[in-house]
Amino acid sequence: MIEMSNVSKHYGQFQVLTDCSTTVSKGEVIVVCGPSGSGKSTLIKCVNGLEPFQSGKITVDGVSVGAPETDLPKLRARVGMVFQNFELFPHMSITENLTIGQIKVLKRSAEEATEIGLKLLDRVGLKAQAGKFPGQLSGGQQQRVAIARALSMNPICMLFDEPTSALDPEMVNEVLDVMVELAHEGMTMMCVTHEMGFARKVADRVIFMDQGRIVEDATKADFFGTPRSERAQQFLSKILSH
Amino acid sequence: MNYHWNWGIFFEQVKNGDETYLDWLITGFGWTIAVSLTAWIIALTLGSVIGTLRTTPRGWVVALGNAWVEFFRNIPLLVQMLLWFFVVPELLPKDLSMWVKQDMPAKEFITASVCLGLFTSARIAEQVRAGIQSLPRGQLYAGMAMGFTLPQTYRYVLLPMAFRIIVPPLTSEFMSVFKNSSVAFAISVLELTFQSRQMQEDSEQGIETYVAVTILYFVCAFIANRVMGQIEQRTRVPGYVTGKH
Repeated sequence: MIEMSNVSKHYGQFQVLTDCSTTVSKGEVIVVCGPSGSGKSTLIKCVNGLEPFQSGKITVDGVSVGAPETDLPKLRARVGMVFQNFELFPHMSITENLTIGQIKVLKRSAEEATEIGLKLLDRVGLKAQAGKFPGQLSGGQQQRVAIARALSMNPICMLFDEPTSALDPEMVNEVLDVMVELAHEGMTMMCVTHEMGFARKVADRVIFMDQGRIVEDATKADFFGTPRSERAQQFLSKILSH
Repeated sequence: MNYHWNWGIFFEQVKNGDETYLDWLITGFGWTIAVSLTAWIIALTLGSVIGTLRTTPRGWVVALGNAWVEFFRNIPLLVQMLLWFFVVPELLPKDLSMWVKQDMPAKEFITASVCLGLFTSARIAEQVRAGIQSLPRGQLYAGMAMGFTLPQTYRYVLLPMAFRIIVPPLTSEFMSVFKNSSVAFAISVLELTFQSRQMQEDSEQGIETYVAVTILYFVCAFIANRVMGQIEQRTRVPGYVTGKH
């Protein structure tokens, strides 16, 4: 589904990603973790071309992301993305947030889009909030709407960029529950997150990054059982120690 | 103070004609409104386009927009008015130049409106740019990630919020247009300031004249302020607090 080979990126002199290679197969759930500044958010934004990269190759469902002839908006419409700060459109009601992409990009009728949107809203447990605006919801609720919004486009895979980092602790689980459910349904997912409980529960593989490199790309059992790199061992011992 | 007060002067006839001074002021008021609103439409349209272009990733487009803003912002409005009226027509091709100087209908009005419109557009472009850039970068990402093209992302995601954010500075710009339109008297547009100078010379009742004019400008700007206040109210986003992200 997603293939990445030798992806490198730099801002001027500063090297952000170095030779990153991995694959995500259909139905797989990959968790990307690592210390802040390790390039994980940048890596995930490269997958749908939100961040350009200078060398290497990324293909999503066989389409090359970096190729100049690629219709990026078309590709992005097929890849769902959820952001750290939710990024709902504040001037639109929840329903409008859920339907605008379907109507303007997928050219669905307003009725069809609303039906699909409300069904998804119900699925994330927020049916009653349809008429509200993002600013009137809690962070956890906004993030669930953001997941529903991404799903409304019938994505072939989903990217999560630290979806729970901006949430108050008591709201983290309501968002993770939706993600776990999604994983169980067989959605292909690439998640940048520090939620190791989530990784243990649903991840097929864990990628550990440090200083722009993929240091460790292992199955969940190997990663938590016997991490090869010293850096990953330190990281794990720090975040799992309490 | 040895001043001969005459508040009834407005209803007296002018020296050479059958109009009253009030008629003069009403004509002036009408031209002031006409020049201001025309200039405002030009300014809002051009300013929005140029301000938006200045936030795009295309380097030369940004440079062009910046040059526009610097040019119209750094020359006094009065000088711009005179340039448009006396200099620009001379620079046109011969036939067009003759036509502009001799036959163009409502020459003063058009020149004043265009001049004030372009001057104000530079200021609006600056505000629109600032409005767009004040939005979190994630909003651009979210729009793009949804599959919107860049123009669609601006149309549906960025501009609706950017314009809401800049209503307060746009309000003072809208008020300024009415006040700045007074400069059009320099090229003989029969607007309020021009008419008041006429009235003052003709009637020799300077204080009454300028008190009336002051009130009329004040009312204009005051109404402009209230209109924008209404717009701000109606477009308010429920639950949104600026800079909450």
